[in-house]
Amino acid sequence: MSARERILGRLRAAPAGSPAVLPDLGAWRAMHPPPADAAAAIALFRKNIEAARAEVHDTTAQDWPLLLAKLAAGKGVRTLLFGPNTRHGAQLAAHLNAAGPAAPRLVPYNRPVDKWRDELFDDIDASLTGARGAIADTGSLILWPDASEPRLMSLVPHIHFVLLDAALIHANLLAAITAEHWATGMPTNALVISGPSKTADIQQTLAYGAHGPREVVVLLCNTNGDKP
Amino acid sequence: MSQPIQIHPAKGFKERSLAALNDPAQRKNFRGAMDFLQMKRRAQFPDPKDLSSLRDLGEAIRRYSLARLPDLLEQLERNLTANGIQVHWAETPDQANAIALGIARRVDARLIAKGKSMVSEEVGFNHAMEAAGIETLETDMGEYIVQLAGEAPSHIIMPAIHKTKQQIAALFAEKIPGVAYSEDVDTLIQIGRRVLRRKFAAADIGLSGVNFAVAETGTLFLVENEGNGRMCTTVPRVHIAITGIEKVVAKLEHVPPLNSLLPRSATGQPVTTYLNLISSPRKAGELDGPEEVHLILVDNGRTQAYGDLQLRATLQCIRCGACMNHCPVYARIGGPRLRHHLSGPDRRHHLAPPARSRRHLPAVLRLDAVPRLRRRLSGAHPDHRSADPLAQ
Repeated sequence: MSARERILGRLRAAPAGSPAVLPDLGAWRAMHPPPADAAAAIALFRKNIEAARAEVHDTTAQDWPLLLAKLAAGKGVRTLLFGPNTRHGAQLAAHLNAAGPAAPRLVPYNRPVDKWRDELFDDIDASLTGARGAIADTGSLILWPDASEPRLMSLVPHIHFVLLDAALIHANLLAAITAEHWATGMPTNALVISGPSKTADIQQTLAYGAHGPREVVVLLCNTNGDKP
Repeated sequence: MSQPIQIHPAKGFKERSLAALNDPAQRKNFRGAMDFLQMKRRAQFPDPKDLSSLRDLGEAIRRYSLARLPDLLEQLERNLTANGIQVHWAETPDQANAIALGIARRVDARLIAKGKSMVSEEVGFNHAMEAAGIETLETDMGEYIVQLAGEAPSHIIMPAIHKTKQQIAALFAEKIPGVAYSEDVDTLIQIGRRVLRRKFAAADIGLSGVNFAVAETGTLFLVENEGNGRMCTTVPRVHIAITGIEKVVAKLEHVPPLNSLLPRSATGQPVTTYLNLISSPRKAGELDGPEEVHLILVDNGRTQAYGDLQLRATLQCIRCGACMNHCPVYARIGGPRLRHHLSGPDRRHHLAPPARSRRHLPAVLRLDAVPRLRRRLSGAHPDHRSADPLAQ
């Protein structure tokens, strides 16, 4: 018999406890009503992620590359990692290539990490990724990295710029999982990110930039093109 | 064979406890840390009714998972396997280490970067790897500090809670080449960041624990603040996750309520910086992530606890560590001196030293156990309350 069979055998031989009662999530959902409207959801998201020390900047679907260039320059960003095969990546490249030498150098993530690991860890100041959505009640960004925007883009660079469509803010994690039917098909890696990397491991003193980004900067696009 | 439940003899416990009680610096560290964590947790749950209903729901979810445990483990294995994650079963710590060692030898690993994993502590993972000539490196800042000092973690959530920044400054200056003494916490963390980044890039294997394993989707759910867990599970070519068999939950929608309890109870945070949901190794066309992902499911006495309906409830534990933060005994003699200190359903360590037998198990958490323990330790007269070193 294998370890597996013996473990399962002992579990099956154990006395039956109380019967399996499917937990009722209805009451919990009722205790966590969604924000009254889109503006309230945006406000709650902003308040919570700012409390976790992320920056949030209002912008539009047209203007965000200009804002990003300005913010990046202000933060001294020399190299900016992006996904050239995404729509926003193409938009960024078109804009920054037109901006001239003052703009940060764009680095495409277009080859396996194994080929350029040291460069990724040593030479990249910042990255831009999209967000699949966000969560209001914890101030969190949802990312499903893929071949066009790999996993390490939101982890290795010191500054992570995130483009978020304000229409994609869910009330809470359960609402996001349910509305988007996550259980029917999970990606290789799903991430929920609530601000910059941090630790309180030395004398309970909070310090940012433990292993991941020191700064998370949200470019919040209003679909109507209006700043809230 | 599964290990029988072992009651650890409290060998040297009395001496170690008295030494801890008479170490004012360490007692001040712990008292301050416990007060801080209690206050943070209280602030997260301003309404006792909300806390109570969330705990009831959390318990219902864990009870449901345990009631269907063998079925859910099989479902988890089926779905993980279909997703390309390799599942291994270990009855004992030796088996768990042998499985990891087999993988490490096959890929010719020299360095294993570790995210925080209490089950890896439970099975003596580092020791087993090092005996086989494979370096293991703790990458959680607290665990890194503790490993650098040659010590054991003193708290499941805050492993270096027993050390002051002065001690850490001296440790870094002594052990890390080219580092000058600095008590500035940001500077110390940036030193750790710099050292460990080189290691993530060089590691052959990343090891992690698991907070919840979701049966219906075959997903490993990990929470953390630092990003070292994501580094360990994303950068090296091979990721090995190790966890107890009780960590399985049936549905993905069962995770949010548990994950609402976990960080709020543990560190008083509404959410951790990262929720890392892993469902497969790197797929064709993807540019990063491990090529192999393994899950080692550890029994180590859990099936025996499961067989006892009273002890089965201990397997509901989500290891938030709040019990340690509120334990009057731990607050006073916690830390490296209290060797068998890790809470949760680890059968070898679960029964903390003052519990001589199963019927005394709850005594560890009972406030009224403190004066009794003090009398046992010091033989002092019970009337001398004002002079009671435990009464503060």
